[in-house]
Amino acid sequence: MAIVESNLNPSQASYNHVLPAGESWLHEVKCGQVFRILDLEGNQAVDTLFYNARNPEERYSAVDTIREQGNLYLTAGTQLMSTEGRVLMTIVADTCGRHDTLGGACAAESNSVRYAVDKKYMHSCRDSFLHALGHCDCGPGKTQMDKRDLTANVNFFMNVPVTPQGELTFEDGISAPGKYVEMRAEMDVFVLISNCPQLNNPCNAYDPTPVQLLIWDAAAQ
Amino acid sequence: MTEPLSKMNTLWEETLPGGAHCSFQMKRGTALRLTDLEGGANLSTLLYNRDEKLERYNMADTLKAQHTAHLSRGFVCYSDMGRVLASVIGDSVGWHDTICGMSNATLVEKKYGRADYQHARNAMHRNATDSMIIELGKWGLGRRDIVPNINFFSKVSADEEGGLHYQCGHSAAGDFVELRFEMDTLVVMSACPHPMDPNPKYDPRPVLLEAWRCGVPAENDYCRNHRPENVRGFYNTELLYR
Repeated sequence: MAIVESNLNPSQASYNHVLPAGESWLHEVKCGQVFRILDLEGNQAVDTLFYNARNPEERYSAVDTIREQGNLYLTAGTQLMSTEGRVLMTIVADTCGRHDTLGGACAAESNSVRYAVDKKYMHSCRDSFLHALGHCDCGPGKTQMDKRDLTANVNFFMNVPVTPQGELTFEDGISAPGKYVEMRAEMDVFVLISNCPQLNNPCNAYDPTPVQLLIWDAAAQ
Repeated sequence: MTEPLSKMNTLWEETLPGGAHCSFQMKRGTALRLTDLEGGANLSTLLYNRDEKLERYNMADTLKAQHTAHLSRGFVCYSDMGRVLASVIGDSVGWHDTICGMSNATLVEKKYGRADYQHARNAMHRNATDSMIIELGKWGLGRRDIVPNINFFSKVSADEEGGLHYQCGHSAAGDFVELRFEMDTLVVMSACPHPMDPNPKYDPRPVLLEAWRCGVPAENDYCRNHRPENVRGFYNTELLYR
C-alpha cells in the first residue's frame, strides 16, 4: 500500500465543509480542482459516485476502474474510470492506503438480507443517494437524477479484502482519525456522497462519524 | 423440488454464436443451462426484473450478501431490492467472474484491430457494451441501465495485494452452468470475449442455451440454505409471488 501525503494547505481551500454521518452531499468539482475527503474520527465509510457534469449518463464504473488498473483496491495513482473509458478523477494523495469499490452501498433491502428482515427500516446510503438525486438539477436539461443513475460506488476508507480463493471479507477499518484521500478532477465532475449510516457492521466501527470535504482551486495547488 | 433438465421438460434450445448477443424472458420456476460448446467461451450477462426493470442484478449486493467475490454453485444473483433473480443450481466450471466488467469498442479495436461488417460480414468484431446497448434498446432500456455484469465461464482472481489474474483455459468444451430463475427475469447476454482475455486473436466461442421447466425451490434447497442471508433473500423474493 502506497502512502502518499499531500502538501496542500487547508487554509487555502476554496471549499471546506463538515458532513455529518447519515447525510448526502452532491457538489461539482471542476476540472483541475483537487478534492479531499478527510476521515475526522477514523473508520468512516464514505460511499461515493462520480458523474461527468456535462453528461451525467457518463458515470463512474467500478469494474472498468479495477480492470484497467489490474487491481481491486483504490489508492494513490488510481484513475477513477467512467463508463465511457475516460478518466473522471485521479487519486493524487492517500494516507489510508486502500479503498474498496466492490462492497457497494447499504440499502434498506440489502440490509434485510444481510442482517435481519426488520433492519430494513434503518437509514441507509441508498436512501441518502436517492434523496440527493431527487433534489438535484444535475440531470440532462436541469432535471433530477434517479435510481437509474445509481451504480456500484467507491467506499473510501472501507476495508474489504478479497482472498485468492475468491472470498469477500469485511475487516476492521485501516483508516484512523486524520487520514485522507485526495483526487484531482480530470473533467468537470459531480461528486455524490453518502456519509454511511450503517450500524450493523464494522465499516464505521459501529459509530458513524463526520467527514470533512475540501476543494482547492488549481491556482492554490 | 427442482427438476433436472430432461427431454420431458425442455422448453427450448438455441446456440448463441460466438460474439453474438441476445435477450429473452425467463419465468419464475424455469431454468437455463449454458454450455460452453468449444471451450474458452465467455458470456457477459445482465439480469432485470421483467416487470419492474429498475430492479436489476446488483454485483455489490450479490458479493457482500454471500461473502464472495465470484459465482459458483450455491450462490445466487441478487437484485438491488434484496431479492434473488436467479440461483446457480449446477456448475461444472467452479468460478464465474462478476468484477471485471465487459468489453467495449475501444478495447476491442485496440486488442484485435478493426473488422467491420463490410469486410467481415457477421464475423465482424463486436464488443459487449455496444451489444448490450442494442439488446437493452429492444426493451426500452439504454446505457444508463448497464451495471456491473456477470461473465459466465471466466475466472479472474486477486492476489493478496489485490492484483488481478485472468485464468486461461478455465472453461473446457462441454463445461456448463445452470441458472434457476426465482423471478420473472429479462436476460441480456453477449458472447464476446472477456475484456481481460489475452488471446490476441478475436475468437469468440459459441454457447448452447437450453431452457427447461424446473419448478420452484423447496425449503431444503441447496442455494436457499447456502448462506443464512439467502434464506432471507428467498423470503423477500417469495413475498412477490404470494
